[in-house]
Amino acid sequence: MSEPAVRAKPQCFQELILTLQEYWARQGCVILQPYDIEMGAGTFHTATTLRALGPKPWYAAYVQPSRRPTDGRYGNNPMRLQHYYQFQAILKPSPPDILERYLGSLEAIGIDTSLHDIRFVEDDWESPTLGAWGLGWEVWCDGSEISQFTYFQQVGGIEVDLVSGEITYGLERLAMYLFNKKSIYDLPFNSPDSEVPLLYGDVFLQNEQEQSAYNFEHADTEMLFRHFADAEKECGRMIEKQLPLPAYEQCIKASHCFNLLDARGVISVTERQSYILRVRTLAKACCEAWLATQVEKKVAA
Amino acid sequence: MAEFLLELLSEEIPARMQARAADDLKRLVCDGLKAAGLEFGDARAFATPRRLALVVEGLPTARADVSEEKRGPRVGAPEQAIQGFLKGAGLSSLDQAEKRDTGKGEFWFAVIRKKGGPTAEALPGIIDAAMKALPWPKSMKWGSGTMQWVRPLQSILALFDGKVLAGEISPGGRMAPIKFGDTTRGHRFLSKGEIKAASFADYAAKLRVAHVMLDPAERKKIILEGAERLSREAQVALKADEALLDEVAGLVEWPVPLLGTIDAQFMDVPSEVLITSMKAHQRYFATTKSDGVLANRFVVVANNVARDGGTTIVDGNERVLRSRLSDAKFFWDQDRKVRLEERLPALKNVVFHAKLGTQADRVQRIAALATALADHIPGSNKAEIMMAAELCKADLVTGMVGEFPELQGIMGRYYARGEKLPDAVAEAIGDHYAPAGPNDRCPSAPVSIAVALADKLDALVSFWSIGEKPTGSRDPYALRRAALGVIRLITENNVRLPLGSVLDRGFAAASLDQFQWEQERRRATGEDPTMAHGMSTQSYGSDDRDVRSVELLAFFADRLKVQMREQGVRHDIVDAVFALGGEDDLVRLLARVEALQSFLGTDAGKNLLTAYGRAANIVRAEEKKEKGLAAKIAGAPDAALLEQAEEKNVASALADLERTVKPALQREDFSGAMKAFAGLRAPIDAFFDKVTVNILDKPALRLNRLKLLNQIRAAMDSVADFSRIEG
Repeated sequence: MSEPAVRAKPQCFQELILTLQEYWARQGCVILQPYDIEMGAGTFHTATTLRALGPKPWYAAYVQPSRRPTDGRYGNNPMRLQHYYQFQAILKPSPPDILERYLGSLEAIGIDTSLHDIRFVEDDWESPTLGAWGLGWEVWCDGSEISQFTYFQQVGGIEVDLVSGEITYGLERLAMYLFNKKSIYDLPFNSPDSEVPLLYGDVFLQNEQEQSAYNFEHADTEMLFRHFADAEKECGRMIEKQLPLPAYEQCIKASHCFNLLDARGVISVTERQSYILRVRTLAKACCEAWLATQVEKKVAA
Repeated sequence: MAEFLLELLSEEIPARMQARAADDLKRLVCDGLKAAGLEFGDARAFATPRRLALVVEGLPTARADVSEEKRGPRVGAPEQAIQGFLKGAGLSSLDQAEKRDTGKGEFWFAVIRKKGGPTAEALPGIIDAAMKALPWPKSMKWGSGTMQWVRPLQSILALFDGKVLAGEISPGGRMAPIKFGDTTRGHRFLSKGEIKAASFADYAAKLRVAHVMLDPAERKKIILEGAERLSREAQVALKADEALLDEVAGLVEWPVPLLGTIDAQFMDVPSEVLITSMKAHQRYFATTKSDGVLANRFVVVANNVARDGGTTIVDGNERVLRSRLSDAKFFWDQDRKVRLEERLPALKNVVFHAKLGTQADRVQRIAALATALADHIPGSNKAEIMMAAELCKADLVTGMVGEFPELQGIMGRYYARGEKLPDAVAEAIGDHYAPAGPNDRCPSAPVSIAVALADKLDALVSFWSIGEKPTGSRDPYALRRAALGVIRLITENNVRLPLGSVLDRGFAAASLDQFQWEQERRRATGEDPTMAHGMSTQSYGSDDRDVRSVELLAFFADRLKVQMREQGVRHDIVDAVFALGGEDDLVRLLARVEALQSFLGTDAGKNLLTAYGRAANIVRAEEKKEKGLAAKIAGAPDAALLEQAEEKNVASALADLERTVKPALQREDFSGAMKAFAGLRAPIDAFFDKVTVNILDKPALRLNRLKLLNQIRAAMDSVADFSRIEG
């Protein structure tokens, strides 16, 4: 069997994604497509949150569009977006050579470790909304954070059976580093040699402007409060039916509603904590329900 | 004699944990060796970002057999005692014990023989136990395992006398055990393959070839020398930073200092911002020009010998610093467009503590407290105190402090100066977190003192009232530090303050805020707001003082004692003054301690103390013998019953004393009061020479003489509790 052809060093944003996908596919990951519901980070994808629990091994990698309404800057800030991309690889159980594999991905995207200074700087991760935590590092390349690396210890308040190694690349930031651009909007999206060369700004600037206006000014807060309550209720109903996947989708929806309400500035400090707690309660229930399905299947087999 | 070498290789260990972990490993292994009866010579431990290493020299290759005797109970003792003895000695029945006549009867004896054997057989168990006991601040499991370590453990090198120890550590789950071996790995990027070690010297030398400097002290030295050389060549001076040096030495196995340049466009941003951004975010060392002003050069320490000499690394670091500082400059420019006063409403959205309300509530309390303190601080201006207190937390909602929390106060001072607020106000905003420790600068300007005191007193009172008091080593809100800050502000500036009533006032304000905050929280979460009870209600003690103030005053007393002991004041003198109780003016308290300390340094003081001891001992001994005596001898002696001249002399000396000491105490002239006591000494000595106190045939005289002695004691105790002073 011949090795699959290795892609040349990426020259644009989409080649960066393609390179990472191919690299992690060679490591045995299933390459998933983005989850089709708004979420704040790749960690919220069922491929991470739920699959991190239970006794079954799981290797996956995917791009996840991530929405953080409060980070919107109407397209005026060269480094901040309310909609951006994360590339996520999750290896469960974490193999002994996971760091070497990660460093291999850096070589693949064109970071030559004989020229650069790569460091692993302590960074513990915690998600209050998911009731999750893990230990790991920020990975620095010449002083710039290019990835986050976490060994999950707890998800949904439940201690994991097998530890997942989770690697997250902030794609825009990584691309700015690789292609030496000061603004996200100047990143080449496709190849500069294409018939129709397009920049990140050509693709997303208008979206940032309009979505920022929506997030901060126009989102109907009464509707969002209603949607939050509905999602919360529906999530509970699906938990009762022992359908953790539909339940979890409602949990993500509630979380996104909360983020939008937060951006609209209608949640007071006193309420904020209680909303986070309500989402965590949903996440925990979903995780518990999911775990029950995993364990049952194991017993049946 | 043989050498034991252990190396635990793992994925990258957080810098802040390395030194402690190396020490712990050494301690635990050494304890294990001692417990196993193994003598040893020198033990040294090292840490790098990826490994803990330990070498122990001078171990014997084998332990001799040892036998130990244990005496048990008397032959024929109750069954329970026999069983206890057997269990303790590890015997299963009395057949294994010996009967011996000790001369005092027949006793059971157990002879426990510990088999010796090769040291190499004892070591694996010691390694295993030490690894299980090593207290990482945070640890984790990995893969399918259950073992806890700081990060995944990769290999264990364990050599004794040049040979691999037989043993392994099992991470659990379906993971292969990590077998003890004689190999390790070098630098992650600058070496390839495994390294085989035969001894510690061989190990350290081969690691060096593989670009690993094992000793953190050496890495620090290389970093410091390199950074100083680069700075010198660029005609700037390295800004010393020991904490940063320690941290950076824990981030690299092979340090390579490189010099970078700060873009000129950022040099007008406050230097504190540049330094913080470089240090906190990037771990760069700052440099200064000959006039001490921040220079545009920085030193970054790489963990790699790059094939282009480091050009790419410097370029990358300069780029990331540029983007960091662009943010900082953006905040600096934006923040100055909004006046501090206009930021105050935003403090309502910053929670100070879930049970204590927002920073806006806290600012209100600080302002009220600070203005109330104004009366006690000479030269203070109430309007300026009010303004400084109201604005002191406004910088918390600026972009810059949001990004760099450690610049709180410092940014407030810059922004206040920029707004042309009075200097005293700007300084007080900048100073109000000080002093942050025993070595920090203590504010001395009146407005600064008022706001700094109010800030700390409010924190103490607030956390105290929700039961968040420091216990043992737990002090999450740094209340001990706050109390020390209050003590330093008061005593170093001679602030005459009735601390007790100030605390009462603080507790009243904090309780009301808590109650309102809880009501609001209940409303927000749909609970019944009328059920709010506040965290604590007013609770007054017997002397009309809030009992919490009494407790907090005791806490201050403890901190003051600790502080004085650290300054070398004798603890018994401190105790003698504190035992008087009821004193909440710290300045007066200290004056008393100082006066007593210097008085006891004189001959008169020492002799008087002896006299006091005699008087007090007699009274105490009699009080013990006779119930109810204390009440009978409480008053003044009856002049008519004074028979001997020596008695009369003591009585008149006491009367003189009464006339001089009281006014001196009122003037707070404590050394004057002490000196007055010196006059008592001769009459008392004569009294003890000539007068018999316990004349049993004349009870009235005896009682009168005890009254006299009791008066001596009482008079001296009005200045300090002399009974606590050790002669």
